[in-house]
Amino acid sequence: MALMTGAQILVESLAREGAEVVFGYPGGVTLPVYDVFYDHPLRHVLVRHEENAAFAAQGFARATGKVGVCMATSGPGATNLTTGLVDALMDSIPIVAITGQVPQSLIGRDAFQEADTFGITRSATKHNYLVKDIDKLAQAVHEAFYIAGSGRPGPVLVDVTKDVLLSKTHYEAAGKMRPLRGYGLQLTPESAAVEAAVDFLWGAERPYIYAGGGVIASGAHEELVRLSEILGAPVAHTVMGLGAMPTGHPNFISMLGMHGGYAANMGVTECDALIGVGVRFDDRVTGRLDAFAPNARVLHVDVDEAEISKNRRADVGVVGDAKIVLRAINERLEATRAERGGENLTARRAWMDRIRVMKAENPFVYTPSQDEIKPQFLMEKLDEIAQGEAIVTVDVGQHQMWAAQYMRFNRPRLWQSSSGLGSMGFGLPASMGAVVACPQKTVISIVGDGGFMMALPELGTIASNGLPIKIVVMNNGTLGMVRQWQQLFFNKRYSQVEISSFPNAELLGAAFGIPARTVDKPADLDGALKEAFFEAGPYLLNVKVAPEECVYPMVPAGGAVNEMILAPQPPAPVGG
Amino acid sequence: MQQLISLLVENQPGALMRVAGVLTSRGYNIESLTVAKTLDPTLSSMTIVANVNEEGRDLLIKQITRLVNVIKAVDLTVSHAVRRELALIKVYASQDKRAGLLREAEIFRARVVDAAPNSYTLEVTGSPDKLDALISLLHNYGQVEMVRSGAMAMAREKQNKLPIPKFGEAVEEPVAEMVES
Ligand SMILES: Cc1cc2nc3c(=O)[nH]c(=O)nc-3n(C[C@H](O)[C@H](O)[C@H](O)COP(=O)(O)OP(=O)(O)OC[C@H]3O[C@@H](n4cnc5c(N)ncnc54)[C@H](O)[C@@H]3O)c2cc1C
Ligand SMILES: Cc1ncc(C[n+]2csc(CCOP(=O)(O)OP(=O)(O)O)c2C)c(N)n1
Repeated sequence: MALMTGAQILVESLAREGAEVVFGYPGGVTLPVYDVFYDHPLRHVLVRHEENAAFAAQGFARATGKVGVCMATSGPGATNLTTGLVDALMDSIPIVAITGQVPQSLIGRDAFQEADTFGITRSATKHNYLVKDIDKLAQAVHEAFYIAGSGRPGPVLVDVTKDVLLSKTHYEAAGKMRPLRGYGLQLTPESAAVEAAVDFLWGAERPYIYAGGGVIASGAHEELVRLSEILGAPVAHTVMGLGAMPTGHPNFISMLGMHGGYAANMGVTECDALIGVGVRFDDRVTGRLDAFAPNARVLHVDVDEAEISKNRRADVGVVGDAKIVLRAINERLEATRAERGGENLTARRAWMDRIRVMKAENPFVYTPSQDEIKPQFLMEKLDEIAQGEAIVTVDVGQHQMWAAQYMRFNRPRLWQSSSGLGSMGFGLPASMGAVVACPQKTVISIVGDGGFMMALPELGTIASNGLPIKIVVMNNGTLGMVRQWQQLFFNKRYSQVEISSFPNAELLGAAFGIPARTVDKPADLDGALKEAFFEAGPYLLNVKVAPEECVYPMVPAGGAVNEMILAPQPPAPVGG
Repeated sequence: MQQLISLLVENQPGALMRVAGVLTSRGYNIESLTVAKTLDPTLSSMTIVANVNEEGRDLLIKQITRLVNVIKAVDLTVSHAVRRELALIKVYASQDKRAGLLREAEIFRARVVDAAPNSYTLEVTGSPDKLDALISLLHNYGQVEMVRSGAMAMAREKQNKLPIPKFGEAVEEPVAEMVES
């Protein structure tokens, strides 16, 4: 057993837990830790703002399913992290945040850069720790990783006082886990619940699978596809679920909800059996709750018991990890197929046909233009390049919804979106985490001109680390999504939504040493994209798009999900 | 409506803050809260009385149970639970009223824990209703000062066949029965 400082133990513990990279920003209290980083093999990426350290850690976690790590100093460093923590909490993303705290002797005395990080982040995390005893440090880090990554994933923060970082002890690798008596994980479902689910499923005439982030978190995508194929049931995804079922699968409809596809929203309204897997019946999905799947019985699979019947009462609730639960359900379905599979087969086939026809007749549409780049056209072009295989991170707003509608994903963990909190400024730093995690993948960050400006300083991180991110700014000159609401519901009284003085992208890129280009003609887009993706390193492509385009379909806030405002029908194509 | 929640939590810094946070972030007012160690010193028991609407109750219990430090959370609102509260009550009574005051105290099994020329301090335990009843009576004897512990509750064993009262609802029982309960 070696005599080590708290700072050494901290970095050693991170490495032991399997951390591959730490996104962080140093400060007075964390100086001892940064002294360890000076010659430690654990990689540290210096971001330009702590919020982005948390977003980058999320980008790493979303791309890999592993726990992402970020670090900040006391006081302002820790408070800067909080948006990224709440964001991870809302989207159930596993990250561990390490913060420095002023020495114990100074806590409570309004010391320089003292903030009650433990208190402030109580509601921003799944769990948090304040470590005041060096002998508990390795244990806390160990528990933090375990809690962040297990069950319903989420952020865990470990706040460490400076005296702990400086003091020394005989380091014994965390070793045995202290039993977490209050941490009730139920991963394996009760067999009675599985039987009830199987009975529920064979009894359905119009089943509809509504699958979300929990499927990605548990890696249940193959089991999900299997379930859909056994039943012949259509599948719709939440924004968080995109990629769980390949977009091209014949049973896949589209995203559902506020900006979901027509067939997905009509389907959920008409179904008689709603099968929610790893979803939380968010209001952006359900619209007016009493009009959501009004004729359906509900089966809900979730690892978090508190989600079952939270917003919509479940007729059958199955608590457990989605992968384990779906595997058990599929097995039982197979086993009972000969006996029960024929029960509603004709009805189920007719239903699947109806969904497919509805989908074919009502694709996402827009009116094309020769003069301006339509944002949807941009997404189609990006989709052509990505081919369902690139990692795509988005920010928040109109571009986020268009990307969700128009881009295909052949597998999970390619799509990253701040969905529950909807934090602008997420997309660019998330792509940094993604590219560090998957350097061999094409990483595209599609951001609005507003969100891009929020994350602007990270161009520094991208440039100095040569992170090969293809940044595509969908530049509509406004805070598009807010403008859309003002356009539709506030009589076009555009208030404080214009992003004037957007920087000259070429000069901006040059200032950071990042190649850049601005395009505004549809005819130039292909060439610009080719150039952007041909270059090996980062690229900043500023695409000026039609300024007043709206995202459709749209369920107005509080409306029923089948009462969508639809896109104006595009004119029939002329000629062939 | 009042909800009575009994909790078993790890005796860790922050555990109380986490539990209270689930309630306060929803704007629920905590009426009373007691915390103390259990036989196992690494655990604490908590009893919380809070104003929670009927629809919110199940979810609240689940969301408290979800906390990493919480081992068990039980809703005792509608149950056979034994509920007890301790009160220390100081009554400033003139000489002519002191004898009557002591008789009242005896009926309620209150003990005199401090006596001064112009006041008695009583210690009494019982159901929150019993305490309310005693306190309102004592106002007849002079000025009253009081501290109450807040409710503690423990589930009764199943064989008990008493009718289930709803916690927080006025129980119309004669004083004598209330004293016994
Ligand atoms: C501008 C904007 C517009 C939006 N519009 C839409 C829209 O039109 N449609 C839409 O769908 N969303 C939309 N959203 C996103 C929306 O706000 C929600 O974030 C999203 O719908 C939630 O997705 P989810 O239900 O899959 O849950 P998630 O937030 O992904 O939660 C995952 C669920 O799975 C559970 N879980 C986690 N791990 C496991 C496991 N291992 N096994 C089983 N269960 C597990 C969790 O307990 C949780 O209940 C929009 C967001 C923004 C910012
Ligand atoms: C941090 C933060 N502030 C405000 C909002 C509210 N908001 C949601 S979308 C949006 C507009 C985004 O504009 P832009 O980044 O240009 O993207 P666009 O909608 O034009 O695609 C705003 C301001 C938010 N989601 N996050």
